[in-house]
Amino acid sequence: MDLELAPEHASFRAAVREFAQGVVRPHAAEVDRQHRFPHEAVAAAAESGLLGVLVPREYGGSGLDALCFAISIEELAQACASTAVIVDVHTSVGTEPILLFGDEDQKRKWLPRLATGEVLGAFALTEPSSGSDAASLKTTARPIGNGYVLNGTKVFITNVGRAGLYIVFARTGPDEKAAGVTAFLVPADARGVRVGQVFQKMGLHGSPTGELILEDVSVPAGNRLGGEGQGFTVAMRALDSGRIGISGQALGIAQAAVDEARALMRERGHGQGDDFVLADMATRLESARLLAYHAAWRCSHGRTFTRQASMSKLHCTDTAMQVALDALQIAGEAGAFSGSPFERHVRDAKALQIYEGSNQVQRIVIARDLVKAG
Amino acid sequence: MDFEFTAEQVAIRDTIRELVQDRVAPRAAEIDQKAEYPKDIEKLFADNGILGIPFPEEYGGISGSSVTICMGIEEIAKACASSSLILAVQALGSYPILVAGSEEQKKRLCPPLASGDKVAAYALSEPGSGSDAGALKTRATKYGNEYVLSGTKQFITHGSIAGTLVVFAQTDPGADHRGISAFVLERENSPWKVEKLEHKLGIRGSPTAQIVLEEVKVPAVNRLGEEGAGFKLALAVLDRSRPGIGAQALGIAEGAFDYALRYTTEREQFGQSIASFQGIQFMLADMATQIEAARHLVFRAATKVDAKASDLTKVAAMAKLFASDMAMRVTTDCVQLLGGYGYISDYPVERMMRDAKITQIYEGTNQIQRVVIARALLR
Repeated sequence: MDLELAPEHASFRAAVREFAQGVVRPHAAEVDRQHRFPHEAVAAAAESGLLGVLVPREYGGSGLDALCFAISIEELAQACASTAVIVDVHTSVGTEPILLFGDEDQKRKWLPRLATGEVLGAFALTEPSSGSDAASLKTTARPIGNGYVLNGTKVFITNVGRAGLYIVFARTGPDEKAAGVTAFLVPADARGVRVGQVFQKMGLHGSPTGELILEDVSVPAGNRLGGEGQGFTVAMRALDSGRIGISGQALGIAQAAVDEARALMRERGHGQGDDFVLADMATRLESARLLAYHAAWRCSHGRTFTRQASMSKLHCTDTAMQVALDALQIAGEAGAFSGSPFERHVRDAKALQIYEGSNQVQRIVIARDLVKAG
Repeated sequence: MDFEFTAEQVAIRDTIRELVQDRVAPRAAEIDQKAEYPKDIEKLFADNGILGIPFPEEYGGISGSSVTICMGIEEIAKACASSSLILAVQALGSYPILVAGSEEQKKRLCPPLASGDKVAAYALSEPGSGSDAGALKTRATKYGNEYVLSGTKQFITHGSIAGTLVVFAQTDPGADHRGISAFVLERENSPWKVEKLEHKLGIRGSPTAQIVLEEVKVPAVNRLGEEGAGFKLALAVLDRSRPGIGAQALGIAEGAFDYALRYTTEREQFGQSIASFQGIQFMLADMATQIEAARHLVFRAATKVDAKASDLTKVAAMAKLFASDMAMRVTTDCVQLLGGYGYISDYPVERMMRDAKITQIYEGTNQIQRVVIARALLR
């Protein structure tokens, strides 16, 4: 048993931290205030290879493991939660499914462009009437000739309008549930692909979230990812990894909140009441980090990790929310003013308890696994 | 990173698990009801080498690794928290010797503890000094080649059955905590008086004694470290033993959770198992997640003990704090999941809930853990 980062993971963290604190963090407050895409941070991340962390070297990526992925998102989120979610969604649910389920042509065509950031990835599963119940999605993919025609509306799509490639889930068969779902690679410039409403949000202002509308979008059969009816499996596996990324994002926000509260307390003095709150924040964060790294470690070692990823996502994001609120409380009134990092962390953290499977869905996944294992 | 035990640790764990299943679990309810120290289980652990886990081979033991100690405590505590203290306190009472003892002292004092011929105990707290351990009043006065100790020690786990007792006493009363020194009392030569045994909410099979030292003579060769180095040693020992209390809390919570999980899948109401209700499922998911989170903190702290890491104090306090608070919540929820059955003594979870409470209090209350953690963070 060795619960410290190996030297290669520790030096990777140090490098990402230097990058994130030096290049990403200076834009964070302004990105939030202006609700603008952090293009310089994302471009610099691409330049540094952070958009291809999970992609093997033969496809132009960095060929690193799930733990490096978690660490990279954690460090980015400590600097800017919006940049972190853009990179996270791109890397995990926006790219990894091609790595895991794509054929050689699909890999050769898309992975190098995704890994270098030439193309930003996105994941289009949720619909207005199917969120937690993803298997009931209504978007259709009708087989026509040597391809499919897609119709439907997707919603809450991170990176919408910025992505060059969407992994879209649509119904190909008569089966009304999971067995009728298929995954497709849909280029953003395909005819009939349109961005609908882009939402104003509580937090993560730099990360565009909105509707993706598909109107008679034709894709060749070669753009089908995996077999017909395999789409739900693709989605669930993608989300298992995605949850490791969201855990990393939560850890980064929470660490920023702890560090800022700590610095403030040192500066202005502190009483035992706040000391105890800070001790609980830091303790909880440590426990959350170990859950996330355990899930990543199991993923990298080819073990099952669905339960661990859900536990991690649940505990890390609940921790981020609590820690962000506690830090704001320690900061007092000044922490609640717009422009204060304390209030930004609170707004940013809230999204994490909701997306990539709400924490209620995580509890369902965990309980199902517990009861099954007995 | 590597989240797995070594093959050797797995072998030790499996041995303990089997012994606990066969011999400890069937006795747990009775031990609690009679509030009786399970001498038979002490012997079982001694005969099977379990009490040798806290000691390296050169001192008669089989490991000395904190990870292995925590693993053992956790396994035993799943069935019986009182019995888990037989291992946990053997480690606690031996740490001062292993940390500060000379080679001669370790060679002389450890083998009878490692074989289980003698039980160890640790005497720091006094009626007037608990969290403020530095204010202790027990006196040790040197006369030639020996010290004479006088004072009262409070809440001494296994103080009544121990053969080896590490006592912290003032050798320089004007010097506050800098005047505290540590001594090893061997009962046959330095007998202490057991003033009373406490009646307790939980861990009722583990005797908690008030000890009175009335001019007890201790040879100077049994002083651990220098005069005045005792307080630092006491804290260093607590850093090493707190992950073990975390492991005990973890084991108690796991034992209760395993029982409650099985119960909810078997218990039927409204024509279905209560585990099929989402309200119950969410409770189970939260409990399992909190247990996992605590497990990692506990074993991370244990690896820090083994690595002699510089941030051990903070990490050990975090492990103890998080795991014990978790165990209290989880065992309380387990009683809730069993409903009326959870509240009666025919089912084990009410005992586990009572046993969990002490883990938030001893070896530094959780308020003291927060003081320790905050101090490390704000230094």
